[in-house]
Amino acid sequence: MNRVVITGLGILSPLGHSAADLAMALKAGRSAIAPITGVYNPDLGAKVGAQVTDFDPLAHFPENKLSLLDRCSQFAVVAARGAVKQSGLEFRNGLGLRAACVIGTGVGGMTTLDDTFFSVYGKGAKRVHPFTIPKMMINAPGAHITMEHGIQGPSFTVASACASANHAMGVSFHMLRAGTVSAVVTGGAECVFSYGTLKGWEALRVMAPDTCRPFSRDRKGMVLGEGAAMFVLEERSAAMARGAEILAELIGFGMTSDASDIVLPSADGAARAIAGCLEDARLRPDAVHYVNAHGTGTTANDATETKALHSVFGPHARKLMVSSTKSMHGHALGGAGAIELAATIVALREGFIPPTANYVEPDPLCDLDYVPNEARQAQAEVAISNSFAFGGHNAVIAVRR
Amino acid sequence: MAGLESDVIEIIAKQVNREPATVKREDHLTDLDIQSLDVAEIIFAIEEKFDIEVPYNANETNAAGINFDTVGDVVDGIAKLVARKAPKKS
Repeated sequence: MNRVVITGLGILSPLGHSAADLAMALKAGRSAIAPITGVYNPDLGAKVGAQVTDFDPLAHFPENKLSLLDRCSQFAVVAARGAVKQSGLEFRNGLGLRAACVIGTGVGGMTTLDDTFFSVYGKGAKRVHPFTIPKMMINAPGAHITMEHGIQGPSFTVASACASANHAMGVSFHMLRAGTVSAVVTGGAECVFSYGTLKGWEALRVMAPDTCRPFSRDRKGMVLGEGAAMFVLEERSAAMARGAEILAELIGFGMTSDASDIVLPSADGAARAIAGCLEDARLRPDAVHYVNAHGTGTTANDATETKALHSVFGPHARKLMVSSTKSMHGHALGGAGAIELAATIVALREGFIPPTANYVEPDPLCDLDYVPNEARQAQAEVAISNSFAFGGHNAVIAVRR
Repeated sequence: MAGLESDVIEIIAKQVNREPATVKREDHLTDLDIQSLDVAEIIFAIEEKFDIEVPYNANETNAAGINFDTVGDVVDGIAKLVARKAPKKS
């Protein structure tokens, strides 16, 4: 089986527009959670979010192209551009025919959908923009990436809510490992800061009013984020032969379904996904040093995830460093796994463990080392990144420095 | 109050697919097999029925002083919110 490495990483996140910015914010334990701005908001109860700031679409796209690009696609394309540039790969020399593009997103062009529906139902508009459908469709971000780089092999979009990005990256990893393709651009993107979507989240009664405090006893729920992270994956010997810089190696992927409840997490489903990932990577549990947790900050997730880690890792669970970077970049839903893999990779490369920010006090149901509030100088060699989604979809990815 | 109580009980009973007459004030929501998603739906129905805002967060117990232990707790909490709203209308 082929070994699979990451040779490009591009990111647009609330913690910055580059891997270097991301690393700096994670080391400082800086949370980007702040009052939501720039969204039509007559009465929203969810008042805080982690938004991408200082993003000017015109700095990245000609004005006449923007009518086709929802903010989600913009983020995805810009992040993919960064990843491809760093990899040094050129797809228009034949490689594109053997390359794939697999993108995860929970809802795709939701801002476009929301704005368009508001214009017809709310403002009585008689017509909508002719590109409404191609702009909002969930596969648009991936489609634009293939067009920009000439990726002509398999391309599809994975939608499994908060596990979308991990599923996209995981199946990409498996395709490369099996030798189905020679390179993949993969990752996730999400942008849900629109009034209609925020009302929907508010109605679920799971949003924190102030900030996201994963694993802390006083946690009050999740905080939404947005952004995109994209990666170039390729077969290890090919990457080494061309002298590419290897950022990390993907070594395992596990996925399961709870088959129980549409929103409540299951420790069994999560544990089977983690164990499946370790088995896929041929890793002993004690080889894992760091866990980038799903850690949404809801009472249910954090306790359930802790239980799952105990059941898979046994006594080694106490030695794991576990953190939820959602405390800093929010929950980017279908893009979350990609932003969190980016956080994991910069941490492995720079020899630190990102903290769980906003942590106040221990919860008896969450009794692991969550690296509270301050980044830790520590060199992890192997990490896993968890994503557990509404719908009961669990996807866990393992990475080695 | 009697009207409010029967309205709330009717909403709760409908959520768990039972006859309203079989749901008592003393019943604990957990005994009625009400899950967190059911609570969100019950509150939504109550908010729509009484045109009030119920400040409930699934991650906090006793948010805004309303207890969600028994049916009677819910009825009393909602009655308080409805009473608080009433003066605004006069």
